[in-house]
Amino acid sequence: MTERHIVALSAGLGRPSSTRLLADRLAEATATELADRGQRPEVRVVELRDHAHDIVNAMLTGVPSPELAEVIEAVTGADALIAVTPLFTTTYSGLFKSFVDVLDKDSLVGLPVLLGATGGTARHSLALEYSIRPLFTYLRADVATTSVFAATDDWAAGATADEPSPLPARIRRAGAELATTVAARGPRGPQDPFAGAPSFADLLGG
Amino acid sequence: MQFGVFTVSDITPDPHTGRAPDDTERVRSILTIAQHAEEVGLDVFATGEHHNPPFVASSPTTMLGYLAGRTKDIVLSTATTLITTNDPVRLAEEYAMLQVISDGRMDLMMGRGNTGPVYPWFGQDVRQGIPLAIENYALLRRLWTEEVVDWEGKFRTPLQGFTSTPRPLDGIPPFVWHGSIRSPEIAEQAAYYGDGFFHNNIFWPMSHTKQMVQFYRQRFEYYGHGRADQAIVGLGGQVFMRKNSQDAVDEFRPYFDNAPVYGHGPSLEDFSAQTPLTVGSPQQVIDRYAAMRHDVGHYQRQLFLIDHAGLPLKTVLEQLDILGGEVVPVLRKEMESDRPADVPSGPPTHAERLAKARAAGAVHEQTVAAADHWTGRTAEDDAAAADAVAGRQGAAFGL
Repeated sequence: MTERHIVALSAGLGRPSSTRLLADRLAEATATELADRGQRPEVRVVELRDHAHDIVNAMLTGVPSPELAEVIEAVTGADALIAVTPLFTTTYSGLFKSFVDVLDKDSLVGLPVLLGATGGTARHSLALEYSIRPLFTYLRADVATTSVFAATDDWAAGATADEPSPLPARIRRAGAELATTVAARGPRGPQDPFAGAPSFADLLGG
Repeated sequence: MQFGVFTVSDITPDPHTGRAPDDTERVRSILTIAQHAEEVGLDVFATGEHHNPPFVASSPTTMLGYLAGRTKDIVLSTATTLITTNDPVRLAEEYAMLQVISDGRMDLMMGRGNTGPVYPWFGQDVRQGIPLAIENYALLRRLWTEEVVDWEGKFRTPLQGFTSTPRPLDGIPPFVWHGSIRSPEIAEQAAYYGDGFFHNNIFWPMSHTKQMVQFYRQRFEYYGHGRADQAIVGLGGQVFMRKNSQDAVDEFRPYFDNAPVYGHGPSLEDFSAQTPLTVGSPQQVIDRYAAMRHDVGHYQRQLFLIDHAGLPLKTVLEQLDILGGEVVPVLRKEMESDRPADVPSGPPTHAERLAKARAAGAVHEQTVAAADHWTGRTAEDDAAAADAVAGRQGAAFGL
């Protein structure tokens, strides 16, 4: 069995947080589906609020603190990323974007990513598609087709017997998609900053 | 081992008074600081090069040329010389001139510069930073080692029959360091040429510095310049000292909290824990910096930043007194205590490099005896003269 490192990132600010709850559910679904595919999932949940000051400091100094550097390494070296943000004034939260902004722009290339968002009402659900997906497309991550939006209403369990909440099914489908992508690949592993260093002959020739 | 100071030449208001020195005052302060660095027994003074306010050090060789005349022993250097936006032909001329004037008491450190707009101001593109550093430095070396250079590249107008003067002192080009914080390409460049590598780690944790230095050391050995532990390494540093550690913290904190370089970001305590910044007693500085060699290996040059963030000149001179009087003598002893005999304690001096080159029979011509082919001639004459120099016929040159 191959060990697979899944990082679930939550940019929720509250405690408890529905964004964290969605991140947990997506991670759980992905882990279950990975186990079904003969993989050994290791899930780590990161709450960005714990690193909010460090993220701002990294923007000001250009250098992450050791704690933030460790989180960045976990995210960029993971086999898959589950990225979940609350929607604030039509788009991802500032904290979520600030974290993405301190990442090296090439560090998510090819990384399987599952997107999730939470909001007050379903009116904003398309923000996942017009705002959050392009961000990860720009970073050349491998974004799963299914993204998951959870409005406050969606947490009202089961709704009625006639009309069950679509959220659990959607979470399962998203987890299965991500697990299929991850299972088909070799482990990604931590990134070696010197792996891409060209030899001097190449530099002179270039 | 060499210990010294480097300035970034920032003009920053003193948070206590709100007053900032004007450009003239700041330049003169830097000259005073450099001369005092020699008086207290430091080995190196280095200046940055910047072309945008609030920095005043735009013209390093003018400054260092003056200091060469005012000092006797201190090595004059740069941190850094912009290899990307300066014309390598001018660098060859200016630094050879400085080498001659200082009688070899100089070296220089190449850097790319991290200020985006400076590139277009000098007709370059920041996205070409690495290729510029590679091409310009390759040309600079040729201009120092070859008398007559024919050259064509991507970033500069071609050269035909060009000779850079004055020729380097005793035919030995200045020693060169390459400064880089994050780019393995530059560590690779330093290793390829067997030049020095300087990691200006003042904002960085040791884990990162260690990785970069190790990479350079391995590549230095790969290119056959010696063992990895014999490579020439320099580090940056930041200190503020008072007899009592708490006095140092209290006095430095307002400067730290307000200076644009780090103000309003991490706390002084966090920044001190994560970077080489050490604010405290002389003994704390000694302990912190003596331990650096356990992470990066025995190294050759340690430069401290001490005149930034709006610190008054008087304070900076006091810091130099402490550095030269109490810290460096102990640190020097400590650093040499366990250095293997075949690991150099400093970068090679001019005399050492000359002796080595003579032994290898590889001393370049110091003067160019050739007649003046160029002055006062017409374009047609120039073409003929160019042919003569290049040993060719029929080249259309100078038209």
